[in-house]
Amino acid sequence: MSDEYDNNKSYQAQSSEVMDGSTGSVNPDIDYVRPSEVGEQELYHPHSFIEKWVFCQDAKVIGVQYFLTAVFTGVVGLILSWLMRLQLGFPELAGFMTAEHYYQFVTMHGMIMVVYFLTALFLGGFGNYLIPLMVGARDMVFPYVNMLSFWMFFVAVAVLMASFFVPGGPTGAGWTLYPPQTILEGTPGAGMGILLMLISLSLFVIGFTMGGLNYMITILQARTRGMTLMRMPLTVWGIFTATVLAMLAFPALLVSAIMMTLDKVLQTSFFMPTILKAGEVLEYGGGSPILFQHLFWFFGHPEVYIVALPAFGIVSDLISVHARKNIFGYRMMVWAIVGIGALSFFVWAHHMYVSGMNPWFGFFFATTTLIIAVPTAMKVYNWILTLWRGNIRINVVMLWCLGFIVTFVNGGITGIFLGNVSVDVPLSDTYFVIAHFHMVMGIAPLMVIMGAVYHWFPLVAGKMLDEGLGKWHFWITFLGAYSIYFPMHYLGFIGVPRRYFEMYDSPYMTSAVGMNEFISIAAFIVGAAQFILIFNIIKTLKTGKKAEQNPWKANSLEWYTSTVPPEHGNFGDRLPVVHRWPYDFSVPGAKEDYIPQTTAPSEVIHTEVEKT
Amino acid sequence: MSEPKIDGFELKPGFKGMASDTASDQTMFKGVHWGKAMMWIFLLSDTFVFSCFLISYMKGRGSTPVEWPNPSEVFALEAFGVPVPLLLIALMTFVLITSSGTMAIAVKYGYEKNRKMCGWLLLATALGGLTFVGMQAYEWSKLIHEGVRPWENPFGAAQFGSFFFMITGFHGFHVSIGVIFLFIYTYKVFAGHYEKGKKGWFTKLKGDYVEIEILGLYWHFVDLVWVFIFAFFYLW
Repeated sequence: MSDEYDNNKSYQAQSSEVMDGSTGSVNPDIDYVRPSEVGEQELYHPHSFIEKWVFCQDAKVIGVQYFLTAVFTGVVGLILSWLMRLQLGFPELAGFMTAEHYYQFVTMHGMIMVVYFLTALFLGGFGNYLIPLMVGARDMVFPYVNMLSFWMFFVAVAVLMASFFVPGGPTGAGWTLYPPQTILEGTPGAGMGILLMLISLSLFVIGFTMGGLNYMITILQARTRGMTLMRMPLTVWGIFTATVLAMLAFPALLVSAIMMTLDKVLQTSFFMPTILKAGEVLEYGGGSPILFQHLFWFFGHPEVYIVALPAFGIVSDLISVHARKNIFGYRMMVWAIVGIGALSFFVWAHHMYVSGMNPWFGFFFATTTLIIAVPTAMKVYNWILTLWRGNIRINVVMLWCLGFIVTFVNGGITGIFLGNVSVDVPLSDTYFVIAHFHMVMGIAPLMVIMGAVYHWFPLVAGKMLDEGLGKWHFWITFLGAYSIYFPMHYLGFIGVPRRYFEMYDSPYMTSAVGMNEFISIAAFIVGAAQFILIFNIIKTLKTGKKAEQNPWKANSLEWYTSTVPPEHGNFGDRLPVVHRWPYDFSVPGAKEDYIPQTTAPSEVIHTEVEKT
Repeated sequence: MSEPKIDGFELKPGFKGMASDTASDQTMFKGVHWGKAMMWIFLLSDTFVFSCFLISYMKGRGSTPVEWPNPSEVFALEAFGVPVPLLLIALMTFVLITSSGTMAIAVKYGYEKNRKMCGWLLLATALGGLTFVGMQAYEWSKLIHEGVRPWENPFGAAQFGSFFFMITGFHGFHVSIGVIFLFIYTYKVFAGHYEKGKKGWFTKLKGDYVEIEILGLYWHFVDLVWVFIFAFFYLW
């Protein structure tokens, strides 16, 4: 790409010569971009194997490290879900599993998937890899802190996994960890298990804070010349807003984890009311369990959007590239992301409708919850309008994107049910809730992750993933996921409670059993199908087709690095200069159907590019 | 600090300036060092941590059925045989606020490249912080001698001790971290690391006097948080 910078003759133009737009003639001054404000970033290049691959300060390697660690925890979470489905569908085959085991698996599955898998994968994995490349930076602004961030995450995962091996096993309190039962004797893992969980969460928050500062400052202060905020790919916007949410929401988790640790270790009573146990009054008394619920959900609801917003951003980019059309309503999309992020701090108590709070509170939180549907629906319309009359390539990436839209709408609509107090109360703690949040924040973001893996794998590894295997992977996952979660809505409607080890003598014993078996079989198949991707990756790394530079003909900067895969420093001798947004696809009058962000205006003067 | 000058970019004052900075390329906060921006955002996040602690404290204090201890009796200190309410706390607050002053002057001398003065003032700040932590340790041990524990105390609601030790402990931890870094940077300034362009121990990158200002931001924040803790614990 270095040739293109040489064409950029106005590189040294003085500000006095600039911007006489009134004439409208072909004038090299229209290519003027202000000189760099900040000098070259000083980079520390690795000197040994350990510095290059283990304690590496290169954001791209850190991103891959985050990705692999998160995928490892995700596989653990997947196996736990298999065990749960085995018990629910075929209890006679799951004789080794006690009710305690089941609760532990539920808890660990939830916590792993939400925090250690999805959050780490989107922000740690995609964030680290893509932010510097997409904004045109050489690296994250604090590479050393970034490295510490990953290793803190690694230790957090190690502590979490260690809880499987301590006496009493991991905590079985449910992923929400509601006190008082979480730390009381009788709950599985109320000894070491819960302690390790709380320590692990605290470490995760500390590690994430270090990473999050990097993501935010890199986006705010280290963009390349010409890269305005409104020229950033939506991926960056999504990750940025999610990071802001995380920086403001994780403190509540940290505080609640610290307080519960003290309740556990020092017998304080922050969250512990007076408790009678077998006729005896326990040491605890005077605390407020509801306080924990407020703290937890003040973290917990933004957490949903910490996972969803990067997915929104990434899918916007994927749809635009693979439909060869600019994203419909770019600015609306940006403001929708920001608006959803801001609103997400005012809805947390919709998780607590049945906690006995004041009905006016419920009214307030139902209103704010439903207001979030407005920017979210805007985004869905915009994705569809981006596809509308686009030059759609039905490849694996696009399939995942389409799958995402359908799944997300589905999960979003059930969210409107649950956002209303009067509908939520009877549906609370049933399988309807399970179906809702798995659709909307489990399967939908996962589809985006899959699409993103197929999309960016050529950049990371320099080889193209196999399309045929990818299509198998998609269709099994897509149809299978619907087979799992669609029936769960009906289970919820007939009132099957969630988190139950078995149905005992209830009428569900007979009415839900066939459905449960069906769901379990689908779950085994979908879980197994995920290994197609792992097989695909291994096969591609060994024998895959070498990717050309920019195989998808995309515009954003990550495809215009000096080498593929990009090396440390990303862009060779000279940082790219940005002249436009990354969505100039199928521009009338242009030679190609895409115009890279680095193309100077004078080169495309005869085309009808958007003014950005 | 002088006003930053940016080539080819007009820095406007007020809301218009904010809008044009935000709409520009490269940086949002013009002329602001990366590390400084990072510290501000970290402090914002940390504000949420302390807010969560203090709001939990208010909720805990409000919902416990047992009466809350009277702070002016619990925190009284005997001076010449007379119990003076809040004497120690007043001293602690005075020392910490003073150290904020010396920190601010250290930043000024740092930017003037007055290595010696900057170093001495940093040292004074560190010693102020150390005195604060020492007095806090004294207060803790006094309360512990009187039977106050995180899980119970003789004066009233058990949550009093819980919140007191947790929140002052968390704040004291912040101060201690600050003191450690103040000592490290005192050494770095006296040894002339910034003048020599010596690379950092961990980051392997060159430093600058802006690091003193970043440390100062943290230190002022810790002071500010103390003002809130003071108000909520000792005056309420």
